[in-house]
Amino acid sequence: MSADLTELYQQVILDHNRRPRNRGKLPTANRVAHGDNPSCGDQCSVYLRLDGDRIAEISFDGSGCAISQASASLMTTQLKGKTSAQAQALYDQFHEIVTTGKEPEEISDIAAFAGVHTFPARIKCATLGWHAALNALKGDAVPATTESHTD
Amino acid sequence: MPTWNNIRADFPILHQQVNGKPLVYLDNGATSQKPRAVIDALVHYYERDNSNVHRGLHALSMRATDAYEGARTRIATFLHAADPAEIIFTRGTTESINIVARSFATRLKAGDVILTTEMEHHSNLVPWQQAAKASGATLRYVSVLGANAEGGLDLAALDQLLTPQVKVFAFTHISNTLGTINPVAELCRRARAVGAITVIDAAQSVGHAPLDVQAIGCDYLAFSGHKMCGPTGIGVLYGRRALLEKLAPDETGGGMVVNVTYEGATWKPAPERFEAGTPNVAGAIGLGVACDYLDALDRAAIERHDHALARLAYEKLSTLPGIRLLGPTGERGGLVSFAFPDVHAHDVVTFADEDGVALRGGHHCNQPLMRKLGLTSTTRASFYVYNTAEEIDVLVASMRRTLKFFVG
Repeated sequence: MSADLTELYQQVILDHNRRPRNRGKLPTANRVAHGDNPSCGDQCSVYLRLDGDRIAEISFDGSGCAISQASASLMTTQLKGKTSAQAQALYDQFHEIVTTGKEPEEISDIAAFAGVHTFPARIKCATLGWHAALNALKGDAVPATTESHTD
Repeated sequence: MPTWNNIRADFPILHQQVNGKPLVYLDNGATSQKPRAVIDALVHYYERDNSNVHRGLHALSMRATDAYEGARTRIATFLHAADPAEIIFTRGTTESINIVARSFATRLKAGDVILTTEMEHHSNLVPWQQAAKASGATLRYVSVLGANAEGGLDLAALDQLLTPQVKVFAFTHISNTLGTINPVAELCRRARAVGAITVIDAAQSVGHAPLDVQAIGCDYLAFSGHKMCGPTGIGVLYGRRALLEKLAPDETGGGMVVNVTYEGATWKPAPERFEAGTPNVAGAIGLGVACDYLDALDRAAIERHDHALARLAYEKLSTLPGIRLLGPTGERGGLVSFAFPDVHAHDVVTFADEDGVALRGGHHCNQPLMRKLGLTSTTRASFYVYNTAEEIDVLVASMRRTLKFFVG
């Protein structure tokens, strides 16, 4: 297996794909948003219970490739307890990682996604759950999509 | 003249490495590769004959017009159409079907029925949904049978569905997702008995097997050039002449009019009536050369070759643990579509790409069927004239490696 592929499917990603965290509907959710990746059919719904501006609880549900499912799972572990501004800042950091491969200075599990940058077609898989989460935070009822065209 | 034993030499693109491995191109259902003869025809046209058609009286325009109309005649022969005027050049299958669907949108009324099937590509589904919405007609579907769609269309239910209210019946010849080969002549015969117009999506069949529109008895047939060794951006709408003469133009403008005043215009007969503006001259010429290429190989031989590869792939893939193979268990078109319970198609395709194998992973523009089968995506391997049995071994080995990584 090539170094690029090993880098893409890191142990952290495989683990989250096999044993997703915070998966399923959140009965207490007061915000929900849905994301679609039209070219491949990946889907992700993110459920939030916002306590003021803080994410008190978060879960996701959906189907898709290992990258999209692991990313959504890991994201839920990162966003719990964060304010919407902190969530946006984390997404900006995540986006930087998946598009440039530059790992953050402080140690973080999201660095596991650095390998995505060598597979540009997979960036949209990695960001699908995040888009849905940010839309849920905004109270945006429009489904998130990582692409503007249809297949 | 192409020959089977040296066929890969005709396709320049095949001789490259992808990720350090020889390219194994198994995404022919999406688009086929192009033989040197087609590439050369495009270059020759742009280097020597490029000009607008049907307009100029100069030498180049006459050469371009002759080549363009020659391609139309060539394609009429390829389909065994009664008349070259029955061949309308379009951008591809999608545009061809849209022209027919839009014409129905203005003619249908509430109470009329549009009949299609559950296995259609979005290009033969969404235009009919739009036509139904615009006209108030009802859209109905012929069911697909079996948990893995192995039973094909529910032909037993067809008599109930094919009522006199059905004005148009649109169906695919070979399913791009399942590989199912539909009995198109029988479907046309049964539709004709109730007075319904038939529209066939032949995108996956025209370049893969002998095809005779008169023997099939269809009213319209749509396909794309790029899936049959031709260039992208060129396709065909075949329509029976008697119907085309009654069909209003879809787009209007230059090239399709007889007489224009400030008050209005009159239309040329088919096919010009449906080809407003400067057509894709190079594309049409390239498609004509693709027809020559495929006929030199013999389409009956292409059909045997593609079907044999699909059978072999189906048998070898069926030995993989947990695999779910879609579509017919017996005779099938030149493709195999499958899913693994624990590995998503995108991950499969990424791993295959590492091995130089080009596959398609996704819903194959067939979202409602995927939903019905309880799937969001499948992996598809689709075959053509230059593929070999050894490439299927590379495919299966790649799948085993992927399963080992994800499942253990």
